[in-house]
This record gives sequence, C-alpha cells and structure tokens, in this order.
Amino acid sequence: MKQSTKAWFRQGDPWIWLNAGAVTISVVMVTGLLLLIAVRGMGHFWPHAIIDGTYTPKQGNAYHLVGEMTDEEWISASRLRESGVEVAENIDVIQRVLIKTGNREISGLDFRWLIADEIENITYPDDLFTIERREWGNYYGVIKAIKENGIKLNTNGELYSVLQQRLDRTLELDDEIKDIEGKDIGAINYGLERIRLEERALALKGGIRALDQARFQAERDGFDAQYNNYKESLEVLYNEISKDSIIAVSMDGTETEIKLSNIVNAYRPNAMNVMQKMGFYITQFYGFLSDDPREANTEGGIFPAIFGTVLMVILMSIIVTPFGVVAAVYLREYAKQGWMTKTIRIAVNNLAGVPSIVYGVFGLGFFVYFLGGSIDELFYPESSPSPVFGTPGLLWSSITLALLTVPVVIVATEEGLSRIPKAVREGSLALGATKFETLWNVVLPMSTPAMMTGLILAIARAAGEVAPLMLVGVVKLAPTLPLDGNAPFLHLDRKFMHLGFHIYDVGFQSPNVEASRPLVYATAFLLVAVIASLNITAVIIRNRLRERYRSLET
Amino acid sequence: MTSKISILSTSIPIKKLPQHPNELPADEICMETKDFNLFYGEKQALHNVNMSIAKKKVTAFIGPSGCGKSTLLRSFNRMNDLVDSCHTQGQILFEKNDIFHRGVDVTDLRRRVGMVFQKPNPFPKTIYENVAYGLRIQGIRKKRIIDERVEWALKGAALWDEVKDRLNENALGMSGGQQQRLVIARTIAVEPEVLLLDEPCSALDPISTLKVEELINDLKERYTIVIVTHNMQQAARVSDYTAFMYLGDMVEYSDTDTIFTNPGKKQTEDYITGRYG
Repeated sequence: MKQSTKAWFRQGDPWIWLNAGAVTISVVMVTGLLLLIAVRGMGHFWPHAIIDGTYTPKQGNAYHLVGEMTDEEWISASRLRESGVEVAENIDVIQRVLIKTGNREISGLDFRWLIADEIENITYPDDLFTIERREWGNYYGVIKAIKENGIKLNTNGELYSVLQQRLDRTLELDDEIKDIEGKDIGAINYGLERIRLEERALALKGGIRALDQARFQAERDGFDAQYNNYKESLEVLYNEISKDSIIAVSMDGTETEIKLSNIVNAYRPNAMNVMQKMGFYITQFYGFLSDDPREANTEGGIFPAIFGTVLMVILMSIIVTPFGVVAAVYLREYAKQGWMTKTIRIAVNNLAGVPSIVYGVFGLGFFVYFLGGSIDELFYPESSPSPVFGTPGLLWSSITLALLTVPVVIVATEEGLSRIPKAVREGSLALGATKFETLWNVVLPMSTPAMMTGLILAIARAAGEVAPLMLVGVVKLAPTLPLDGNAPFLHLDRKFMHLGFHIYDVGFQSPNVEASRPLVYATAFLLVAVIASLNITAVIIRNRLRERYRSLET
Repeated sequence: MTSKISILSTSIPIKKLPQHPNELPADEICMETKDFNLFYGEKQALHNVNMSIAKKKVTAFIGPSGCGKSTLLRSFNRMNDLVDSCHTQGQILFEKNDIFHRGVDVTDLRRRVGMVFQKPNPFPKTIYENVAYGLRIQGIRKKRIIDERVEWALKGAALWDEVKDRLNENALGMSGGQQQRLVIARTIAVEPEVLLLDEPCSALDPISTLKVEELINDLKERYTIVIVTHNMQQAARVSDYTAFMYLGDMVEYSDTDTIFTNPGKKQTEDYITGRYG
C-alpha cells in the first residue's frame, strides 16, 4: 500500500490533480462572475408581472397593493424583530419580497420590502399598466381615459389601441423636437460661440475693423433668423405634443393626469404572452444600448457611456502604439545594450505596476493643468477665463491611459523584435539595405503580431480603468458626445461618459438604490462585452498577421 | 586513394587549370586577402590568410566545422561587422581597393558582393516583392524596369518557369529548394559582381541540391562565385579552385583537380579521404 502511494506521487498524479483543480476553480469563478452579472443585469429588461393584492401587516393598516415583484429573499426573523417588525415566535427565517410600487409623486417611495405571507388576495389583472415616465419614475395603475386638450375622448372601448397610436405619435414628435433642439439649435449655438471667440480674438490682437464687425453682425443675423425659424416650428411641435394626456388611477385610488409627452412607454405586462414579452425585451434592451440616460442615470440607456468608452480606447490605441513601438525599437535595435538599457527596462516594467490613480494625479497635474493650461494661454486666449484644453477632457484621458499602458506595448514589441530570425535581417543587409531600411521594410512588418499582442493587453487594461479617468475627463453626464456634426467633428477637449465610471456612479451616487441596482449589473455586463469585443477584434487582426508570417516561426 | 575516384566519378568533368590561383595575373583576380586576421574578442578565428579569388570562376572553401571558412566568406562583404566583438587586421582587396578602408560604403560593397545563406531566408513578402526588394532599396521606382529585372533575375536563377504564374503569392509558400533559388534570384537582381554562397545546399534535398549546383555552373559565366561547403563531392563537382581550411588557417589552396587528386599536404589528404572532419 505504501509502495503504491509512493508510486502515485512519482507518477506526478498529485500535480496533475492540483493543476486541473486550479484550472477548474478559475474557470468556475470566471463563468460564475459572468453568469451573475448577466442574469442580474439582463433580467431587468424582462417585463415583470404586476401583482394586485392587499397588504395586511400585523401592525398598521391594511392597504391595496399594486406593483412589480422585483426581488425576494429569505431573511432571519431575529433581524426583522430587531428592526421592530412583529414576527411569530416559532419562525426562524421568513420570506421578504421587494415590490416596486412606483408612483413616487404620490407615495414618496418607489420600492417596499414586504413580508411575503402578509400579502393576500394576489391577482394579476390584465388591465394594469406599467407607465415609464420621463419624470417621477414608473407609474403603476389602471388607465381610465384619454384626454385631448383637456376633453375626454370617446374611445368606444378601443382605449388601448388609441393610446398606442397617440403615444407613438407623441414619441415621433419628441424625436423631432430633440433633433431640432440638439442638432440644429446646437449647431447655431456652436456657431454663435465661434463668432464670439473670433471677435474676442480680434479684440485681443488690437481692435476689430469695421469690416469684421459687419461680417460678424451678418453672420449673427443669419443665425438669429435661423433660430427664429426653428423656434417657430418648435412652438408648433410643443403645442402638438402637449395636447394629449391620460387619466390613471393608482393603487390607493388617486386619479392622476399624466401628459403623454411625459411618457416613454406604456404597456400591460400581465396581458402579454411569451412572444410579446420577448419582443418587448429586445426593444427594451436595444433602448438601453441606444438611448441617453434619464433621471440622474437611474433610467434610460447608456449609449453615451458606450460611445465614450470605445472612442477613448481607440484614441488611446492610436497614441500608445507608435509611442511604444518607437521606444521599443530604440531600446532593442539602436541603444547600446548595457546597464543603462537594463535600468530603463526595469523602470519601464515598474511603470506598469504603478497604481492607476497615480497616473490620474499625474495626468491632472501635468497634462491638464500644465500642458492644457499652456495650450490655452498660447492658442485660446480669447476663450479665457473658461478653459478649452486646460480642463479634464477626452484628449487628456486618452493620453493618460496611453501613458499607463505604454509599458506593455514596449515589452511586447521588444519581445517580438528579438524573435525575428537573424537570417532575415542578414538577408536584407546583404542586399545592400541599411539598418534603417531593414528595420522599416522587413523587421517591423514582421513584428506587427507582437505589437498587436501589446495593444491587446493595453486595451484590456485601459478599457476597464476608471480611477485615473475620474481626474482627467470622465463626467456623470456629458451634455454632448465628443463626436458630432459641427466642425472639427472630433472634439478632443470635451468631457465624456465612460461605462466603468457609469457603474460607479449608478451604483454609489444614485439617489434611488433599488432602481439602479439592476442597471449596475447590466452596465457591468456591457462593459465586459465592450472590452471583449475590442479585444476579439484585435485578436482577429493579430491572427491574420500571424498567418502571413507563420512559416517563419519554424 | 579509392575514395577519390568515387568523388570524381560525377557528371561534371574537372577541367585542368593552368595556374595556381594565387599566381593569377592581376586582371583575373577579383578579390584578394593580404595577411588577413580576424578576432572574436580575444579569440583569433583566422590566421594570416593570403589568397586570391579568381574572376568568373567558382572557388570552394572546405574544411571541418569551426575552421573559419564561413567567417572568411562573411568577411568578403563585411557581414562580420554585425558581430560586436569582431575586429580585423590586414586587408581584403576588392578590385584593388581595401574594403576595410574608412571611406568604403558598406551598403554599396554588399550590393556588389552578394550573399546567399545556409538556410533559405526569403522575406515574408510575395515572390515578386522579394526579388524587387534590392531594386527598391537602390531607389528604382519605375514599374517597367522592376518588372524586367525581376523576370531577368528569376530566369537567371532558373525559377521563372516555376513561378511566373504566381508571382504575387507569398514566398514562404514555396519549397525549400525554390526558396533558395529565389534568394539567389533576389541577390543577382541587384547585379552584383561576386556571389558568396554560404553552404547554400545544406538545408536542401538532393534534387534541389542538384538544381542549385546546375545553377551555380550557369552563373559562373557572369559572376565570381565563392562557395562554402561541407560536402566535398559538391566542392569537386562545382568548383574550379578549392581551399582547405583548418582551425583558422588556410592549409592548402589550389585548383580543385590538384586538391582532390594530388593534395600537397597530409592534412588535406586526410580530410578528403575522410580520416577526420
């Protein structure tokens, strides 16, 4: 027996088991993590049923309850007793459910934790509505009537289809209004600001000539005329959109009038079948991806954050790649190898280990205040005292993250350069090429897969980084995207939104914890998805390149 | 002495050459080393080498591994410059000029003295671009001229018929023998005067080897060829002159016929008959 144990050890079996175990644990942890955030986050968009029942607490009065069941948990009875809830002596654990009752403007709270057993007469009536509003959160209740200009419409029992029609029209109008306000009037404002700055710049240079004055005035008049046009059409649209409203009854019997212009979506989850729910789910999820956030980020979509993240990572890649590659080429190919290069390599490797917030502080101090401040002084004197580049923004964020990730690019590129066979270099040199020509024409193209590896690692690190960004450019809510239709189209000085920061903001800075929790998971899931897709793109490009130089590996 | 007969019973007959290579008239000498010594750091790799390379002839260097034959070959186009610790004494004359002289443009020297390496080392580019590489480096931009020269070089390397329909395919997809002939084409495309071949067939199969050897035979009409080989049969088959080197010394240098049939030194005879090496 002893002999066989010894043999078992000698075979290396314990090692294999240990390794397999480590791999299994890692895989389980990663998939578990992904599953958790996927389930928690993605479940949010499914239309939850609305319950109708009577809540009869042991203390206090019973009341009529309408709301979405969003969560449930088992909780120890002693904890409840400590918080003053009466629980029978013989019970150890008790089930609680989280009901989203909405109607914040009436009851003051969105969510209630209730003891499951104390809800009685539960039904799921078909005519209960979930109404998503632009203000005050969701409304749950029954719709009694539709009004146009304050007069009740006779809907002939076709209430739902009339409502849907009018809601669709209102949403279209709303899109039109947003378009005019955001794009057209935004462009006018942008143009006016440009004229103001030009004027100021001329004044600073020593006086505006009458000719310029006239030109500015003409341009201003042009913009004013445009603006008046838009204003008129906006007035018409606003009149149209505020015509309709609905009368709804909430769970305590209060009648409320809600303007249709305040409604994003109204649906009856209890009346939907599975197919309808699936369709609804897809639209909701698409909305989450493509809409702007509402209500302090607790509702609506996260499109600006996705956009900001991707744009920032792309800019970072554009900055970090040439910088890292040039540094690596010098270190590996030109610098005389000795203690100096060794020291630099150690320093570069250590740079990769510096906590990211330190880069944020450095970026704020050096890039934003020093560099940005100097740029403002030199090139934008007209816009002072409001800074252009002397304030956190997209450019500084990208550069700070490029600095953060440049060590990985350097290390990976150096690795790649050192793997190019000597024979190929000699082949080029023997044809009369100089060292530079050899590098440029043969060595660098062949080390592109290694550079891509560096870039992949850089993207993986940079896309998930939040701490430094909070200092150098990310905001909770950016009024405009950094890329738009106004020349020069890419506005590097603008602040932007970022998925990572969005998670932090929604999770910790939100006024409405229960409402934002699923959004935290959903946003986290999207962040992982965005990083994964950026990485997969880079990996595909790298594999293409590898394929091209494959035969050299042997 | 029986082994000699087997060496010489090849299809290519050996011509009797009148002079010892070191006694050639000046206008028939392409390169010449004078008291050439080479060191890798402290270690001396070549001792006082004195030899002349005959114009438009094939000269073979033979000898056991580590005898310095590749080092000597790589000195002819200063490829040893790439080794940090390497330094030299003495002269190598190329067309009467010392290649180690200060003002010499190494890239020009390397263009005029082309080199083919042991392992085929095509660039990871298309076949066409491989051959055009040296031309582009020289600053030739006209497509028509490059086209002509690529075709000419590929024909010169006996590769044109095999690749003319797939010039835009990656060179790494070719067989080893084709790759080596492509490298030769790449080298002759820039019209060098000397071709240095460093064991060009050691990584090739016998049929590819035969093709490269035939090619060498054709090429000597136009170029001075110096070939390093491990394979004595090959030296006997392709070369006009043969140098036997041992431990950094030029032991014996003569016309191939003499070296293989009537070597002057015991060491040479031992090596050729396979007693050591």
